[in-house]
Amino acid sequence: MTNVVIAGIGQTPVNEHWDLSLRELGLQAMEAAMQDAGGLRPNALYVGNMLSGALSHQAHLGAMLADFAGLTGIEAAAIEAAGASAAMALRVGFLAVASGQVDVALVLGVEKLSDQVPAQVESALAMGTDADYEAEQGLTLTAQAALLAQRYLHEFKVPEHGLAGFSLTAHANGAHNPNAMFRKAVKPEIYASAAIVSAPLNMFDIAPNADGAAALLLTRAELLPPKFPHPLVEIAGSSAVTDTLALHDRPDPLTFNAARLSVERACAQAGILPNDADLFELFDAFSIYSALSLEAAGFSERGQGWVWARNGAIRLDGDLPIATLGGLKARGFPGGATGAYQAVEATLQLRGQAGGAQVPGAKTALVQSLGGPASTAVTHVLTIAQ
Amino acid sequence: METTTHDHEHVRLLKTEHPVGIVGYGAYVPRYRLPAREVARIWTAGTGGLPIEEKSVPGLDEDVATMSIEAARNALARAQIDPRDLRAVWVGSESHPYAVKPTSTIVAEAIGAVPSTQAADWEFACKAGTEAMVAAMGFVGSQMARYALAIGMDTAQGRPGDALEYTAGAGGAAFVIGPGEESLAEIESSYSFVTDTPDFWRRQYARYPEHGQRFTGEPAYFKHIISAGEAMFEATNTKPEDYAYAVFHQPNTKFPQRAGAMLGFKPEQVETGLLVPRIGNTYSGAAIIGLTAILDIAEPGERIMLVSFGSGAGSDAMVLRVTDRIAGKPELATRTEEYISRRTEIDYAEYVRMRGKLTMK
Repeated sequence: MTNVVIAGIGQTPVNEHWDLSLRELGLQAMEAAMQDAGGLRPNALYVGNMLSGALSHQAHLGAMLADFAGLTGIEAAAIEAAGASAAMALRVGFLAVASGQVDVALVLGVEKLSDQVPAQVESALAMGTDADYEAEQGLTLTAQAALLAQRYLHEFKVPEHGLAGFSLTAHANGAHNPNAMFRKAVKPEIYASAAIVSAPLNMFDIAPNADGAAALLLTRAELLPPKFPHPLVEIAGSSAVTDTLALHDRPDPLTFNAARLSVERACAQAGILPNDADLFELFDAFSIYSALSLEAAGFSERGQGWVWARNGAIRLDGDLPIATLGGLKARGFPGGATGAYQAVEATLQLRGQAGGAQVPGAKTALVQSLGGPASTAVTHVLTIAQ
Repeated sequence: METTTHDHEHVRLLKTEHPVGIVGYGAYVPRYRLPAREVARIWTAGTGGLPIEEKSVPGLDEDVATMSIEAARNALARAQIDPRDLRAVWVGSESHPYAVKPTSTIVAEAIGAVPSTQAADWEFACKAGTEAMVAAMGFVGSQMARYALAIGMDTAQGRPGDALEYTAGAGGAAFVIGPGEESLAEIESSYSFVTDTPDFWRRQYARYPEHGQRFTGEPAYFKHIISAGEAMFEATNTKPEDYAYAVFHQPNTKFPQRAGAMLGFKPEQVETGLLVPRIGNTYSGAAIIGLTAILDIAEPGERIMLVSFGSGAGSDAMVLRVTDRIAGKPELATRTEEYISRRTEIDYAEYVRMRGKLTMK
């Protein structure tokens, strides 16, 4: 028992929010989370964001967002770990509340990508790779994922469109999520005929860049009134692990070692095995990441993760539902804010509030965010508090 | 209508003191065509979707001044008026040959409208032509002038390899605006919807425009076209089925089709004025050359809705009603369809030469 609970959640729809700025998006999510927690006010704000400096010319998000939310005076700072930024902010909030130093922590993931044109956004996202040895050579995260996928398909003799199931499942699930960017199931033939973005990855293998903000209000269970308005979800395990920043420095690029270790450590803290999880919100920025994440978490053998995309086990009614509210692919990929969305969605599942995407009887969720190709992996175990 | 009040609380419809309309119209499209697949062949190895079939390309000796003169002569041929009765010659374009020195004086001189006339160039990205038309409505509707000539014409620029290179075409139209009783199509009202929206621009001294990519869709083109069109429906108490034709700014094939559907028009109401698949996006000329194709075949009594769009951004919506005076007018000059059918296909290399894309210093 860590005793750290999620008292409130909030999120904006993920989309191209042409009319909303970084601070407006952040405010909407923070206010929603505080309202969901019955008006509970935080002592600290931890902001997960990757690109506000590069794309919005705004640093110092802690002070800016605390100010804009009328929370001046509290402790606040931004945490950056590429795509895992908000997951890392959640971990920092968890550590602060668990330590007893902070009673109520507000964790916000926020990202505003649509203020710049797509080429600039792609270039900014590449800042999460090794600038000297990868980005400088023209590598982007998409191109890197394509190289990984190419190697994977070759190495493990994956049939054509073998990864399609990850995208199709995400889109089917996203149809039930009112905050998802894409709310329509996709037919296999549509996937098969989609334009190639970076071979072998097509448009449906790659999560769409978008704007969004999601927030969670953390506290210790004993600080809440006895008749709290909704079921409490506990952060039972939390772990962050790093790997080499550059992919080429790894002995085996097809193993997400940090993802493996962080699942092991988070589960050990929670006193569960990965198999005890009722759902797995993994980081499907690219379809190949889904396969490698399933393997890293121990759900399948090396080179066999793709089989899960075929056999239906990852669907809402399968053994291990993933991307239950659309994942990055259908809900959308709001950069460094993504981890907050994943945690909010897992919380909805455990509260039984996931609507048409509800995983029946879900009690335990694994939530994992990656920075780059698992150069950072942050995993949380969420359980419904007893 | 009284000029100091509005006949509607929300929509500030523009109506003239005295009825005005189109007395003569004329189009011009250069003969050269660059297929979109040629651009794809050079830049994407032939992969990816094509926004149009082909675009028009001006010849080596053509520019907005010469093309405007062609269209103006066609408009005068249909108007059958003395060019000296024109009290304004206004040319809207984003490819005026000179940064300083009017295109309009060249045109006015060439058609014999000088010296007792206004002459000026208009710029509002792709709606400079309709802006000139609205100004001409005011000029004529106040009876300051009996006739005014409004032109929208472009030789649009697209940076090699940019998405715009597929569509940036050349062409446009000219309109003699005059008294309602002489009009082949009366302009019943107009409404403009304008905001500061930086979706597409070309800075001083820059050769090619820049654009906000996906930002040019929903928050720019669609927001302004739909807002202006819906406001026009509301202010005139009309519905899509009250119109025989609708024509919109057309940067590619899909946008105007979708805008038409969003406003409730059927495809058959939109297709006559939809020329972009065959001549490309003629920028200031795009919506209004579509209007000339409609006037070429329209019948008396038919209503037309026109909604232009210019980046930066704004839309001018106009409601026109075709009159009995349309009879015999299309035959008096080259029809728009004839210009479109008159085509000489060129390849990318010829295009590069004609448009001066290769500069050695």
